[in-house]
Amino acid sequence: MLNIGGLNQGIVIDHIEAGGAMNIYSYLNLEKLDCSVAIIKNAKSNKMGKKDIIKIEGTLDIELDILGVLDRNITVNIIDDGMIKEKRNLKLPEKVTNIIKCKNPRCITSIERDLPHSFRLTDREKGVYRCIYCEQAFKRI
Amino acid sequence: MKHLISPLDLTVSELKEILDLAGEIIQNPKKYATVCQGKKLATLFYEPSTRTRLSFEAAMLNLGGSILGFSSADSSSASKGESVADTIRVISSYADICAMRHPKEGAPLVASSYSSIPVINAGDGGHNHPTQTLTDLLTIQTLKGKLNNLTIGFCGDLKFGRTVHSLINALVRYENMNFMLISPEELKIPAYLREEVLDANKIPYQEVKLLEQVMPSLDLLYMTRVQRERFFNEEDYIRLKDSFILDAKKMEFAKEDMLVLHPLPRVNEIATEVDSDPRAVYFKQAEYGVYVRMALIMKLLEVA
Repeated sequence: MLNIGGLNQGIVIDHIEAGGAMNIYSYLNLEKLDCSVAIIKNAKSNKMGKKDIIKIEGTLDIELDILGVLDRNITVNIIDDGMIKEKRNLKLPEKVTNIIKCKNPRCITSIERDLPHSFRLTDREKGVYRCIYCEQAFKRI
Repeated sequence: MKHLISPLDLTVSELKEILDLAGEIIQNPKKYATVCQGKKLATLFYEPSTRTRLSFEAAMLNLGGSILGFSSADSSSASKGESVADTIRVISSYADICAMRHPKEGAPLVASSYSSIPVINAGDGGHNHPTQTLTDLLTIQTLKGKLNNLTIGFCGDLKFGRTVHSLINALVRYENMNFMLISPEELKIPAYLREEVLDANKIPYQEVKLLEQVMPSLDLLYMTRVQRERFFNEEDYIRLKDSFILDAKKMEFAKEDMLVLHPLPRVNEIATEVDSDPRAVYFKQAEYGVYVRMALIMKLLEVA
């Protein structure tokens, strides 16, 4: 088992679907952070078989629920003083704008300039988001 | 009600109002011959569609209004790269109402958010075609006398056929409907319609590959064309285009009062020998399209 040091203060993004960590890394623009960031790929998981984990030393100024749009199984642990202060299951937002992009080549978003990419949650149980313009479902990772 | 983008923008009672008004127009068209005098309809057709465009134009002319517009993206500023948002901002000051056909899905929704005049979706890619749905509903109501307790077969391209998607969305709101979905494997109805519309509304349906298999049970058969323009691969189109051809022999299996609908244009999915069968009502259906668009224009312009 690969050993990554614990955090004193920060965020652990856990239960990322194996192979999805870089997508989350890129979405959160973590390359721009000065603090330590650890990406653990293909970690053993009793629940998932394999999973990815991201550990971030420090705070992030974003609405973390948005991560659920990218991967609905993600859990977030807020670490303070070396302890898990909060274990958070993400609540899928009803609507997201300019977080994910519609990949339907027939969608108006593929040609119209400056059009926000907006999706609405159409099935909370399955975590399905559909483009408000063409209704194409967003396919994760 | 200001815009009509999706068939679901209209409640069942609003649909009824439009269909009832269309019925009144059929009975007494002269009564409505001047209700839109001084009003202008812009037909913004980024994709050729002679039938739908002329149907809208005939509807406005029948109401005493006038028309302006373009019939392909090549003959509009879209060819110079103008956005839908900018086009509709300008057109809003030229016309009182507009009908938009666009190859990209969601374009009329974009237009509606920048428009100060009512926008009617006249078809957006493979997505929605609500005025065709109104046409279909008026045809069914007028010729069947009801919009419930029907077994309807949808045949052909159920994947890209926006008329089918829109009509199913509208019909699931009526009582005791039963659907037979007849298509090749590659052109089956999209999963979201199956799961979020049919399953979610507990609508009974069967997916089959042979028209003959379900023909005797149908009250209505809604035929569709396999559309060349929706395929990225010509080979797939050629392989699938003749999957279902309705001919006189197949009609022998149908009920005596079964009706055949088709949004038109027809290519070869209905043999011309079927045209003389009294159950073939697709040309009547096209005629009803004008009446229902007249009713819609009147409702959106609030002159009815």
